[in-house]
Amino acid sequence: MRRAFPIFALLTAILLSYALYEALVAAPTEQTMGNVQRIFYYHVPSAWTTFLLFTVNLVASLWYLISRSSKADAIAIVTAEVGVVFCTVVLVTGPLWARPVWGIWWTWDVRLTSTLVLWLIYISYLMLRRFSTSGQTPVLAAALAIFGALDIPLVYFSIWIFRTQHPQPVIGGGGSIDSRMWHVLLINWLAFLCFAALICWSRYRLEILQRELEETQALESLLEPRSSR
Amino acid sequence: MNFLYAAYTATWVIHITYLAILVRRYKRLQSEIEELKKSKG
Repeated sequence: MRRAFPIFALLTAILLSYALYEALVAAPTEQTMGNVQRIFYYHVPSAWTTFLLFTVNLVASLWYLISRSSKADAIAIVTAEVGVVFCTVVLVTGPLWARPVWGIWWTWDVRLTSTLVLWLIYISYLMLRRFSTSGQTPVLAAALAIFGALDIPLVYFSIWIFRTQHPQPVIGGGGSIDSRMWHVLLINWLAFLCFAALICWSRYRLEILQRELEETQALESLLEPRSSR
Repeated sequence: MNFLYAAYTATWVIHITYLAILVRRYKRLQSEIEELKKSKG
């Protein structure tokens, strides 16, 4: 597995470069918005990747609650952390797209507000994991993750249920998209998925290493008083 | 065009910052492991 990591990293870097070229150069220019519409190729794949990571977090949290598996707990924390990074990208690129198109940076409409709430829920999840010293922290975090995941369908379906400023969804919505734009969008999503997988892989190894070190340190501290006698 | 470049730059600044945090955590962990190894002799 360790040998595969640099190869995967190199392939991801090539794919990300190609996706960037497709988004900035090869994709057709949208007629009404012009070049600023190209933010779409980073904004939408980041949102889809966020949904996927938080869904994996939900599955891992449920798995942890059922089995108390340390592996499941590690996957949960990793996907929450990387998901927050991608959600931050969504929340930053969104207003940068909205300003030239809508004339405003932000509006408290359901799609935007529910996305901000989703981000805040997972920030609180990470803060709980970081600062709580209770032995029950993984259980509490898993429960919080289940409630947090309830916001994912609300974010996605909000533009169908409520009247919002946000455009219709690309998949299953009323909006139509040029086939060339679809192609560029999917390449960018694939590139960001590979990138997310790469970060999750590194972060998972780091988490396992951290846990092993903590276990060893705990054992050492238990053995120390005996050896000093 | 400025908004487009700002969005793309912001995306990569966020990702690279997170990667830098991971690298820093990894280095700190490595030094803790080294210290533990030394203390064991």
